Amino acid sequence: MTKKITDILFCGTGGQGVLKAAEICAVAAMKSGLHAKKTEVHGMAQRGGSVESHVRYGKRVFSPLTITGHVDFLVPFDRSEADKMAVELSKTGINLIKYLDISEKTLENRFFLNTFMVGALSRYLDIAEEHWIEAIKTVFKGKHTDENIRIFLEGRSTRI
Amino acid sequence: MPVKNNLNAPHALLSGDEALAQGAYEAGVKVAASYPGTPATEILEYMSKFDEVDCQWSVNEKVAYEVAYSSAVAGVRAIFSAKHVGLNVAMDSIMTSAYTGINAGFVVVTCDEPGLHSSQNEQDNRLLAKMAKLPLIEPSSPSEAKEFVKKAFEISEKFDTPVILRLTTRIAHTKENVLVEKRQEQAKKHYRPCFEKYVMVPKNAGARHAELEKRLARLKKYSGSSSLNAVEMGDKKIGFITSGVSYLYAKEMYPGASFLKLGMSYPFPEEKVRDFVKKVKTVYVIEELEPFIEEQCKIAGIKIKTKDESFRVGELRPEHIPLIVAGDKKKHTEKLSRKPVLCPGCSHRPVFWVLNKLKLNVAGDIGCYTLGASAPLSALHTCLCMGSGDTILEGFTKVLGRNVVGVMGDSTFVHSGITGLINLAYNKTNTVLIILDNSTTGMTGSQPHPATGITIKGERTKKLVLEDICRAAGADNVDVIDPFKIKELEFLIKKRTGEDKLSVIISRYPCRLVERRKSSAPLFLMDKCKKCGLCLKLDCPSIKKEDDGSVSIDAVTCVGCNLCVDVCPFGAILKND
Ligand SMILES: Cc1ncc(C[n+]2csc(CCOP(=O)(O)OP(=O)(O)O)c2C)c(N)n1
Repeated sequence: MTKKITDILFCGTGGQGVLKAAEICAVAAMKSGLHAKKTEVHGMAQRGGSVESHVRYGKRVFSPLTITGHVDFLVPFDRSEADKMAVELSKTGINLIKYLDISEKTLENRFFLNTFMVGALSRYLDIAEEHWIEAIKTVFKGKHTDENIRIFLEGRSTRI
Repeated sequence: MPVKNNLNAPHALLSGDEALAQGAYEAGVKVAASYPGTPATEILEYMSKFDEVDCQWSVNEKVAYEVAYSSAVAGVRAIFSAKHVGLNVAMDSIMTSAYTGINAGFVVVTCDEPGLHSSQNEQDNRLLAKMAKLPLIEPSSPSEAKEFVKKAFEISEKFDTPVILRLTTRIAHTKENVLVEKRQEQAKKHYRPCFEKYVMVPKNAGARHAELEKRLARLKKYSGSSSLNAVEMGDKKIGFITSGVSYLYAKEMYPGASFLKLGMSYPFPEEKVRDFVKKVKTVYVIEELEPFIEEQCKIAGIKIKTKDESFRVGELRPEHIPLIVAGDKKKHTEKLSRKPVLCPGCSHRPVFWVLNKLKLNVAGDIGCYTLGASAPLSALHTCLCMGSGDTILEGFTKVLGRNVVGVMGDSTFVHSGITGLINLAYNKTNTVLIILDNSTTGMTGSQPHPATGITIKGERTKKLVLEDICRAAGADNVDVIDPFKIKELEFLIKKRTGEDKLSVIISRYPCRLVERRKSSAPLFLMDKCKKCGLCLKLDCPSIKKEDDGSVSIDAVTCVGCNLCVDVCPFGAILKND
């Protein structure tokens, strides 16, 4: 297996912003000069079905899919989806479920859950803050930019 | 295809669909036609932002194919795109267009769906390329999709043939860094009428068939020497012959192995394959679904190791490659997926509620409304292919009698339901067809269609009036009803199924994802609730069952359609205005 690739799995259900979160992450990796791949299945995303998106980045990425047992970070938007996906993590992999718990207490608007979780994830990744901010601007095309950046930074400064 | 880490170049994170459209745009494509279908939809959606390209959602894939084909014959580069089953609809024209050839470049894009995330089958359209005797191009990634579509146009013009380019879901819906370049305009090619080439009467077609065989032989030589079929020599003990996304899975798991990557897998580059197999000790064929490369190797008498038959079903994953190398069967590790449901406030829900209540046999079709098939609504009993709602209705009516109705979505009806309605009328069948008109193509992400009166570019156009075309087709009654008036809806369906007439009921209410209409969520009165569970049978995601058997209404997701208010027999749910 080609390592030195960072593998991230986002999971949740339709309408939670899972795919946007993955997109921000992939764009940020691209902006920092790396090769990024993001794949997803979104046929039923808006109909409440399970949604998962895989992001892999590094010098050169082959498979768009992550490999069971080799995922570095699990970013869950939903508790039962998180339980189901836990097997995907590697032994040293990190499950960000604690940040989901915190968001339930601190986040006023669930609409911004995805930027909060991306902020939390960014704490662990070697991508400069400016690239995250640029990525948020690109992905949301200027919509709620200030609010999204504020919530991103909130996630980024959350300690567990 | 290695990504050049040139940060000054304008890279964008594009999906395979988008990159393919970008490549076709750069190749000077002038006409693009398609009908929506996952995972191909975004090709045309991306293309439609370019003013230089004449883009259209066609009525169906056959129409789209012929519009794009004829544009190429008339002298400009053209592209057709569809999901895998869309090619079935276009197959009649595809087969004979291989005989006539084209003039300017013509690329036929199929987006196959191994794993059927959003499809009714997982057919492998590489077999269609062979059947139609058309060259087949298979990129592995979005950046390759962009490069290979340009090559496909060149091959198309060099050999005067439509070229099939195949993506699969994991290419179409994967995004990666893609280099964005400038468009190269193409001069219009001269069109000259040619009886022998374009009029496929038997005599001409026979001659063109002979021509097609000669062309295939030339294409075979080409694929044998083309850089599309690339050898990457590594460890000479183990090698892989592979194509499409399967290449990336094998490369991920065995980066040091030798590879023969088939970017042009048909006509089969037999000598190149033979040569590769000679140089490497053990060679495996890695491919999703059908044993397409495998069979061609076997016919040529080339010794290769192949996957177990269990891998012919479903998507391949990187983890599968070591299993194939070990000669093992596929292990089933499918996770339970959450069941998708109709959205809160979906206008299909009241119709299925009534059909369930009336215990009718329901001939169905494909769209969001197919979700009405699963329990507890359980009010749609067939789903075969688009356009089959009213034709299956005919067979059911003949055999099962009058307690039968058919349902089809508006986009589906326009795609291929109109002929079925004419057939019902012509063949004197009295029955009831319900058109679930949410005024959009919901399932594939809300594309307009002729009955919306809007084009892909968002411009107004002539609007197909469903009532008029149903009457013209021969329906005796055409009723239009708001489905949220469920008492009236029930009365109407009972009345029409009781008559000896051909009736169409148009259930009309806009899709909630298009017109985000929202009213307050109704109030739930705990003391009046008898815990009968009837409201839960609506299968509405906003109504949740509580541990004590009562329910709660999620005011965030509820759009206030008030269907549950009408359904509760005890007045425990109150309208809140
Ligand atoms: C031949 C073919 N083309 C395209 C598709 C993809 N597809 C499935 S359902 C559908 C249309 C859905 O629209 P509509 O009938 O209006 O129903 P809605 O989803 O809005 O309820 C499409 C395009 C398909 N399954 N088969």
